[in-house]
Amino acid sequence: MTDYNCSLADLIINACAEAWRDDGELMATGIGPLPRLGASLAKVSFNPLLQLTDGENYYADAPVPPGKRHAEPVYEGYANYDRVFSALWGGRRHSMVSPVQLDRFGQANISSIGDRAAPKVAMLGARGFPGNSIYHPNSFFIPNHSTRSFVADEVDFVCMAGYNPERYLKGTPPKGLDLRIIVSDLCVMDFNGPDKSIRVVSLHPGVSFAQVQENTGFELSKASDTLPLTPAPSKAHMALLETLDPNNVRGSVLKDNPPAIRN
Amino acid sequence: MSTEPSDDFSKVETPSEIISRLEDGMTIGIGGWATRRKPMALVREILKSDLKDLTLVSYGGPDVGLLCAAGKIKRLIFAFVSLDQYPLDPHFRAARQSGQIEVWELDEGMLHWGLRAAAMDLPFLPTRIGIGTDIINQPGFKLIDSPYEDGETFVAMPAINLDAALIHAHRSDVKGNILTMSPDPFFDELFSRAAFHTYASVEKIVMTSELDIPTNARFALVERARITAVTETPFGAHPTSAAPDYHLDLKHIKSYVEGAASPEAWDAYKTAYLLSTHADYVDAVGGADTIGAIAKPVY
Repeated sequence: MTDYNCSLADLIINACAEAWRDDGELMATGIGPLPRLGASLAKVSFNPLLQLTDGENYYADAPVPPGKRHAEPVYEGYANYDRVFSALWGGRRHSMVSPVQLDRFGQANISSIGDRAAPKVAMLGARGFPGNSIYHPNSFFIPNHSTRSFVADEVDFVCMAGYNPERYLKGTPPKGLDLRIIVSDLCVMDFNGPDKSIRVVSLHPGVSFAQVQENTGFELSKASDTLPLTPAPSKAHMALLETLDPNNVRGSVLKDNPPAIRN
Repeated sequence: MSTEPSDDFSKVETPSEIISRLEDGMTIGIGGWATRRKPMALVREILKSDLKDLTLVSYGGPDVGLLCAAGKIKRLIFAFVSLDQYPLDPHFRAARQSGQIEVWELDEGMLHWGLRAAAMDLPFLPTRIGIGTDIINQPGFKLIDSPYEDGETFVAMPAINLDAALIHAHRSDVKGNILTMSPDPFFDELFSRAAFHTYASVEKIVMTSELDIPTNARFALVERARITAVTETPFGAHPTSAAPDYHLDLKHIKSYVEGAASPEAWDAYKTAYLLSTHADYVDAVGGADTIGAIAKPVY
């Protein structure tokens, strides 16, 4: 376990990066600091073809650190919203997002909780989630793995389509629906269980499958009888993270910035 | 503001003259995106008016929040309401959670597509967006089968026709030739094409020759025939940004957010910022030099 001399955030970023490993040349969008650093790490380690933005209007030649800029980025392209829509409708994008609720079908919600006319909690609104979900691959980062985030029934308002046959038109999944991985603070999962159901692929150090199941509102399967540990970031990746995140934004995302190995 | 002897007509009006053209129950589109280039001076003018029961169409930011807080909105057509650094707008949340407003919630691209259909004078445009989600379970959507061999089923995204659009830009001449010079024009062009009337507030009204169209052609938003009136409101997007002229005022956004804490807090915010003329508003939020000195936020 000595390899795991890193923070849980570092472990999560390293796991998020894997989402983009085999994507080739496309727009990688990580929403929130850890997915964004995951995309950045993927680009500077194993997939240099990825296109990343500065979080606003331009594609940058190299990943732009979250927070204070220490140098003006070198820009390589234009990513205004009109272009982003055009690009994503062409399918060459892979996003990683953090919905408030996710269900067993991979359906995701960032809109509202409770009654639609007067919700208990009104959130952002569906944003670009409906279109993203059926035009290009999507992955997820869920920072608090619990039965509140991984809900027992369907999510309260389906913003992202999932593998739910009851919502298919003419019996086939929406064209372009392609859900990839889920990274949480407990484990890594994918959608390669029976009928595209969610299964656990690896466990973070000190976490048991029973603990993951207990904190999930639906039944999970296992990718293998003996689940491996989520890989620790290599020394090289840890050094890259220092460069990618000089402001240590990753240290302020998870409460108390816990170590990868839990007590 | 400059005029030329050759100008034989002028579309210049005051903000209150523009807002007096709007009517109760109208469908009004607001340009910009979240905390960027919102026509806030015109929005504040709506707050001072008796207008009510508006249907608002917006990529929402504090424009939506303010109009929610003032009870002006009957129905909201939107994909999100966000203050970016403060992800959730408390004024919008309060209106939504109390059931005060009706909503028709769209995907960002569907909103684009609805404006596009209106701009093209089509009843709808087909899209896959919405399939598999609760978006299309709201009233107001129908499906349509492709008439070609593929036979695929699409969502028929209805046109979003606007009675009026309000936008904010950087420069205009008196005839309504507009330059939108920020890095992202967002969908202001489509808002103006989807609208029967478009009203633009601009940072500065200049002579036509000063638009320097050969240099700035890519910033020219739309043909002036689509612009009904323009008004000069320096810092008229504040507290949102009108980059490169000035950036988001996060400090003011904080006051705006805190204004949702209680009815008393809202009254205090309203008294400080929402009852005065635009010139007095600019002074109240610190003046031109202070706004001009705000650093560009990083994302």
